[in-house]
Amino acid sequence: MAETELSAAQATAFLKQAERRAGFWNSKAVLRFRRNPLAIVGLLVVLGFVVLAAFAPLFTELGRSCIRDLGLSASTQYDYRNPAKPAFWQAIFAPPSTCYQIPRQGFGTQPRTAEASETLLGTTSGGYDIFYGLVWGTRTAFRIGIIVVGISLLVGLVLGSLSGYVGGVFDNVAMRFTDVVISLPNLVIALVIVMVLGQSIDNLMLAIAMVAWPSYARLMRGEVLRVKEQDYVASAVALGRRPLGIIFRHVLPNAIGPLIIVASLDIGSVVLTAAALSFLGLGADVGYADWGQMISFARDWILGTPGNPLAYWYVSFWPGLTIVLFVLGWNLLGDAFRDVLDPRST
Amino acid sequence: MLVFIARRLLLLPIVFIGVTLALQLLMQLLTPYQRAAAYVQSEQQMNRLDEIIVLYGLNDPWYMQYGRWLGQVVQGNLGYSRISRQPVLETIGQRFPATLELALFAIIPVIGVGIWMGTAAALNRDKLVDQVARVMSIIGWSLPTFVLGIWLLVIFYGWLGWFQPGRVSVRYLTELAGNPEFRNYTRMLTVDALLNGRFDVFVNALKHLVLPVATLAVVQSAQIMRVMRSSLLDALGQDYVRTAKAKGLAERVVTRKHARRNALIPVITLAGFVLIGLINGVVITETIFNYPGLGQWAAQAATNLDYAAVLGFAVFTAMMVVLANLLVDVLYGVVDPRIRYA
Repeated sequence: MAETELSAAQATAFLKQAERRAGFWNSKAVLRFRRNPLAIVGLLVVLGFVVLAAFAPLFTELGRSCIRDLGLSASTQYDYRNPAKPAFWQAIFAPPSTCYQIPRQGFGTQPRTAEASETLLGTTSGGYDIFYGLVWGTRTAFRIGIIVVGISLLVGLVLGSLSGYVGGVFDNVAMRFTDVVISLPNLVIALVIVMVLGQSIDNLMLAIAMVAWPSYARLMRGEVLRVKEQDYVASAVALGRRPLGIIFRHVLPNAIGPLIIVASLDIGSVVLTAAALSFLGLGADVGYADWGQMISFARDWILGTPGNPLAYWYVSFWPGLTIVLFVLGWNLLGDAFRDVLDPRST
Repeated sequence: MLVFIARRLLLLPIVFIGVTLALQLLMQLLTPYQRAAAYVQSEQQMNRLDEIIVLYGLNDPWYMQYGRWLGQVVQGNLGYSRISRQPVLETIGQRFPATLELALFAIIPVIGVGIWMGTAAALNRDKLVDQVARVMSIIGWSLPTFVLGIWLLVIFYGWLGWFQPGRVSVRYLTELAGNPEFRNYTRMLTVDALLNGRFDVFVNALKHLVLPVATLAVVQSAQIMRVMRSSLLDALGQDYVRTAKAKGLAERVVTRKHARRNALIPVITLAGFVLIGLINGVVITETIFNYPGLGQWAAQAATNLDYAAVLGFAVFTAMMVVLANLLVDVLYGVVDPRIRYA
């Protein structure tokens, strides 16, 4: 009996919790977000890409070497679509690298339409399946976006908080260095770095991270400077806590919020920079599922055939549309967040 | 004002040292043979890299190499470009005017359209004009240069056949190359064509600029529009605007003379970002449209591992950006006295 009955204290706690939950959904900020149709569109687009990336094996017909590396034979080759088989989970969470190789429908130099090649969106020159490249390229895009933002966030966080907390000469030097990096054209610098390190996706990510951190460092420094003046930090100092303890226990948790939001909204533009470099030929090897490379295929097929000027439209249209939608989704989301978080606009 | 400019000028060497230092550290990741290209001046020297390595001590500690390299850079020796088969500085000198021409043509629509649309959106807040402008700006802002450029080429070159890639049609190219009467005053083709009285060349070159300029302008003007809109909205809410209206001034005068002038100040700060965007964009746009400028050369150099060319390009663009920022800062000080005396 006692188990089913709620004590008064429990009930109040429960109500409070419910209130807090409702409070979140109906809070001013979230309401503004919910009432902004563009924000909802952005959210849906981004979520759509997340689903596409996560369940890439279910949307595409895997290539032969990928199926082999998943440990499947000819008779069990569709096990990767069956959630009861381990291959299904392996394909989703830890696909072998060969799965990122775009399967080729023939080796002809000319692109082929969807009907001619029996693929969903057609093939590029060399027989690369456009649809496969775009779906698995979504995975590549998210990987690049998350890793680059992660690295640059970390660099910005360390440098920014040290700068803000320590101050003095260190702050001055670090911020002038930040000024220099931020004032350079990021694509050019990334171009130099990738060329020197050697062309690969890993180096591409490293290069972009090396030019992306300054804005985070600045933001973090500002936040730390703000938090540092709060009473609870002063009392921690008065209590004789060690500086590192204060940074980790009091300053960082209170300063990190805006940084994380800003950084995660940058995934779209990071993916864009990566695609641009890869478009120039500084990204993945030929045949790797990567958006920038997909669109660079289109460069050779601007002109159609005599009598049909738009004969190869699909080679440039679908990869372009995918990138535009992705970036648009993130930008809509970012715009909405900026509106919501800007205290001046009420 | 002089103090303000002097202070800004002092920043120049600091940035120069920062950039070159970073590049030198990157160069240390290369082998001495790869580094050597950054010191070479001629094709003959390219075949005697061992001597270059000894001559410039490319196996010394990095700081000693840095000093020597800096000396070379200051003297204008940026190395030898393998792909263009001439010293880097010479290539930059030849190709920069084309890029400058493209950028100058792009800036006109970027600023014009950006400010015009931003003003229209702010004055009609939350009305149809505003909504359309905002959606257009966010779409424009989301269009990657390389996607937009390729799409424009497919439509206007492949399909409609209105515009061609390149800088000028092949027939003019061959004609002008062998024509001693056509003087290159500025190496900017449209300007030179006018100075030589060749309107056919001018029109042809202009037609070749339409697509790359449109590609560059769409993305950048979207950014200006957004800033212009929000800063004008800010200005319209200020007390001095209300005072002006209360005095009975005409609405047009208030928005033009009081609000918009002040709203333009934040837009000037954007100029630096627009320039960076243009440089980034130029690398891609020139590659797509086969436009023989600096960006196309740099992109080719990077994929062909022409180290000296890319490093030289980086030093050059960094200096351009810093100089432009200096100019913007000074301009900012001229426009807004609060900055000068701060």
